[in-house]
Amino acid sequence: MDELIKNLGLVINATLIATPPLLYAALGSTFSERSGVINIGIEGMMTIGAFVGAAVAHFTGNAWLAFLCGGLVGALFGLIHAIACVSFGADQTISGTAINFLAPGVAIFVCKALFAQSSNTPPLDTVQKLPKLFNGVFEVGSFWNNVLNTYVATYLGFVAVAIVWFIFYKTKFGMRLRAVGEHPKACETQGINVFRIRYVAVIASGFFAGLGGAYVTLCTVSQFRPEVIVGQGFIAIAAVIFGKFTPHGAMGACLLFGLCNGLKVLLGSGNVISPNLISMIPYVVTIITLVLFVGKSRVPAASGKPYVKQK
Amino acid sequence: MKHKNNNNMASQNILKNTAQGLLHQNALYTVIAIFFGFVVGGIFLWAAGFSPFEAYAKLFSSVFSRPKYLIWSVIYATPLIFTGLSVAFSYKMGVFNIGAEGQFVVGSLAALCVAILVDAPPFVHVILCMLAAVAAGMVWSFLVAVLRVRFGINEVLSFIMFNWIAFYLSNYVVNTTAIHKVGGGEASKDIRESARILLPQSLLNILKNDKANYGIFLAIIAAVAIWFILTKTTLGYKVQAVGLNPHAAKYGGINSNKTMYIAMSLSGALAALGGAVQLMGNSMRISQFAGQEGFGFQGITVALIASSHPIGCIFAGLFYGAMKYGGSKLNLIDAPTEVVDIIMGTIVLFIAISHVFRYLITRRLKKKEDK
Amino acid sequence: MEKTSHIDSSVVAVQMTDIVKKFGNFVANDHINLTVYKGEVHAILGENGAGKSTLMNILYGLYKPTSGSISIFGSPVNIENPRHAIELGIGMVHQHFMLVEPFTVTENIILGMEPTKNMTVDIKKARRQVLELSERYGMHVDPDAKIEDISVGMQQRVEILKVLYRGANILILDEPTASLTPQEIEELINIIHNLTADGKTVILITHKLKEIKASADRCTIIRQGKYINTVDVEAVSENDLASMMVGRDVQFVVDKKPIEPGEVIIDIQNLRAKDYRGVEVLKGLNLKVRRGEIVGLAGVDGNGQTELVEILTGLRKGESGKVIIGGKDLFNADAHTLFDNGVSSIPADRQKHGLVLEYSIAYNMVLQNYERPPFSKRGILKKDAINKHAAELVEKFDVRGADGGTKEVGKLSGGNQQKVIIAREVTNDKDLLIAVNPTRGLDVGAIEFVHRYIVEQRNKNKAVLLVSFELDEIMSLSDRIEVIYSGNIVGSVPGDKADEKVLGLMMAGGTKNEAQE
Repeated sequence: MDELIKNLGLVINATLIATPPLLYAALGSTFSERSGVINIGIEGMMTIGAFVGAAVAHFTGNAWLAFLCGGLVGALFGLIHAIACVSFGADQTISGTAINFLAPGVAIFVCKALFAQSSNTPPLDTVQKLPKLFNGVFEVGSFWNNVLNTYVATYLGFVAVAIVWFIFYKTKFGMRLRAVGEHPKACETQGINVFRIRYVAVIASGFFAGLGGAYVTLCTVSQFRPEVIVGQGFIAIAAVIFGKFTPHGAMGACLLFGLCNGLKVLLGSGNVISPNLISMIPYVVTIITLVLFVGKSRVPAASGKPYVKQK
Repeated sequence: MKHKNNNNMASQNILKNTAQGLLHQNALYTVIAIFFGFVVGGIFLWAAGFSPFEAYAKLFSSVFSRPKYLIWSVIYATPLIFTGLSVAFSYKMGVFNIGAEGQFVVGSLAALCVAILVDAPPFVHVILCMLAAVAAGMVWSFLVAVLRVRFGINEVLSFIMFNWIAFYLSNYVVNTTAIHKVGGGEASKDIRESARILLPQSLLNILKNDKANYGIFLAIIAAVAIWFILTKTTLGYKVQAVGLNPHAAKYGGINSNKTMYIAMSLSGALAALGGAVQLMGNSMRISQFAGQEGFGFQGITVALIASSHPIGCIFAGLFYGAMKYGGSKLNLIDAPTEVVDIIMGTIVLFIAISHVFRYLITRRLKKKEDK
Repeated sequence: MEKTSHIDSSVVAVQMTDIVKKFGNFVANDHINLTVYKGEVHAILGENGAGKSTLMNILYGLYKPTSGSISIFGSPVNIENPRHAIELGIGMVHQHFMLVEPFTVTENIILGMEPTKNMTVDIKKARRQVLELSERYGMHVDPDAKIEDISVGMQQRVEILKVLYRGANILILDEPTASLTPQEIEELINIIHNLTADGKTVILITHKLKEIKASADRCTIIRQGKYINTVDVEAVSENDLASMMVGRDVQFVVDKKPIEPGEVIIDIQNLRAKDYRGVEVLKGLNLKVRRGEIVGLAGVDGNGQTELVEILTGLRKGESGKVIIGGKDLFNADAHTLFDNGVSSIPADRQKHGLVLEYSIAYNMVLQNYERPPFSKRGILKKDAINKHAAELVEKFDVRGADGGTKEVGKLSGGNQQKVIIAREVTNDKDLLIAVNPTRGLDVGAIEFVHRYIVEQRNKNKAVLLVSFELDEIMSLSDRIEVIYSGNIVGSVPGDKADEKVLGLMMAGGTKNEAQE
């Protein structure tokens, strides 16, 4: 029994550590998607966020500043995506693909330039990493320590869901953002600036994706490596579709994918199943969940369509 | 009077028409995009303390200074031509094949298994490996088509998931006892000699390049075949009708689901052949990877640079292959090779907004004309 | 109903002077003048493409005029954008509703001008305001219903409320009756009069003469971008208006030789189908079309016509029933099979269904036949045969600007695109032709061309099913008119004995007997 509870604690712990990067990125994707702009560049934005987070923490020792900078560099690439897609009406998938080349390319390029041709940043010390909330409150290895003593940034991720939900469904901006993703022309005829709202949404999507990336290097991996994101940006996009394009739905989906990772930890411990096969689980689960649930997901009507202003 | 001027006017008209023709050609805007790619790459190099000119000079001399370097560029280009064709062909049908990466991986994996586990005479063995690769690539892409047609799942998403599944599958298979090379680090055994597609040894000696292979010829044949299918056959008619206007295609009695299955399978087969050729002509084994190799993603860039024209894919593939090979030599002057990714990403971004340049240039010319 | 005027000709609400709008080399508005008085219902009359909508989009700030001036209630203004127009008290109800489908009625009305309380949208207050407004002008709406669940009539009321909510004094209604029943139209005219009684000014864009006679005080006529005249509606006849609109006398009658309908070509029995939301829209429909007759299917948009046509052309699957063509039940057959068994069609949306715009005319001409000889052999296209076929048809059907059939269809004008479709479908020589809104968006010349070929098919002893939302078109072409309402045929009237009022009532769900009483 004790063993079971302990294992349960470990799984919850692993889930809570694996979920936030997906969650931040998914919130970003929700912003962008709901305003009618597809952003598959989330993956690249996470990668550069991860690098900037690690690099800033290494040089300044200030993990919170590093976390913020990770978000800001993501926002910068969000801006590039917005300029291409909103102002210039580029094909959103192609622009996103470009960002998935550019952002990791820039990250590794700068990394090599800064750290003597190495594509990894030096490992971060514990003090350079983001703190945990209940450090030292519970006995090490106890169930509650496993469950509750997790990163502050994890808790923040869940708070962010509530904030984004509030913005979407209670504020003027959120209402307009959702309307712009459905029927931009109707919005323009009511005097709403479609471009401005889409700019804000796409930049926000980059910011959140950057935070998600920075979380990975500042909490879990403690170091930037080129393969540190491995498709988490894409899984986040899947989570958004699975979660019906709502922040709370996306959170549910991210927790499910996070749980896959939690199980990975448990299953991997005995080395019975090949780690490579276990690593496939989130991707297979994504496909299966989409098969089972996607029919019920309503895509924003203007999704993927560049909006052309009247002259 | 009228007669006199006629000749002059005609030649002027021809000139004007050629100029306008050029403006409507995608090639011009691709060149503009490539230019901006090098500019942005140069800015990064300069900011990192390298001379862009020195770096670019190194890049080009690494490609052009010796025949064997040029051949290396071709070897690098071959798999990219295949993945480029794969992306271009599916794009004609309105499908964005970001899954070429996974199809490439399962293709090379299937070829690897046949190349190691099966014993067959030289030529037959090669054919068997290629067939295995084609089958694997087709299945990988067909499954995504089924998910889209039957379950309405956005193919971009399932392609990406299938890429990662393929990636881990490859790492898994490479580590199985039948495939893994004992004491060989994290890689498979080498494929049997009979499954290799290298040029005859005498030629390799002359070319001073031990990896020169038949792959490029296969790539050219594939490009011509795809061009033929698109422009001369009813399948091409169907594929493009579905891509341009699925509603009208359905109205006209085209079974778009069936077309989608056929075309996506074909697209998967092309990417998988790229994987087989890369394995059998160059790498000879598959290693366990920490991250995706990117042949499929690079194929997207190749297709975009070629404006999805199959013959254009040959040249775009050669360009990318040269950039990759030349870029890999940049570390000789301590410059990060990732500048190639930055250049390529910028090119894609500028191709994505090329209609803006088209608009600006046409407007300018028009204004001049009006004056 | 009685027409009362609230016009106050001492106050000029809108003055547009010498308005010119160019799109590239195309002049959409060529020195147009417009004067509208307070409390007036002012109609803007013109054909499709005459420049009415462009003029109104300028007034609403969506387009900027190339030259010319505007003043509102006496003060000169330079209308920058819709927001500015709204501030000036101008509101516009667009022909294609500008409503966000998954939003509620209230949310749609307040969008862009949301009342707020502590950072949040005060939805309760908004709901109250919406109800107040709707009661004041006698427009019933359900403030909590989602747009996707309400009728077209209610959607239009939402659009008008949206404008009123913004405090508009000048309302522009763009083709407001396009998808309403005659009864709903009457209701709309009532609403318009309620508005003018309250001191509002209404500008009505339309090409329907009857509605102008029924509701407008004055009418400004525009033709090919040019100002023609402004008249008092009381002082002119419908025919006068029509000839000013098209620039010559209009012949409303189509020549048809008498013909005795022959065998049944298509026999639809007990057809049931659901729409994309899963709501049953065809509820056991029965319909026969014979050789040598044009059957007009009259009805308001959204009563199952779309689904019926889609099933008959293989674009949609029905739930149950029979579709017997040439003795075979082809219920739920695909487009290919239906075509092979004698169904050709002019689709409602030529750019969506009828054509691949990026393909050449030649490729479009063989859209159903590219896999048959002589156009291909063993999977290889025969370009010579395809091009020759196109060159012949382009010549025969007078497709303008076709470059012998090599040009991209997307580069042709709308009328010529329609000619390409008609050339293809008529040449296919099938027993049944289904024509759906075949003249939508075409100018008068092209309309005559289309009507001629539809009647010619009938005269060649083919069966024709004409589906149209234009009652005039149905009445002038059909040998027999069937009225569809809520997924069923609710009445049948011989073409020469049709009465608009009777049809109108049936289209709104009344029975034939009720209608004739």
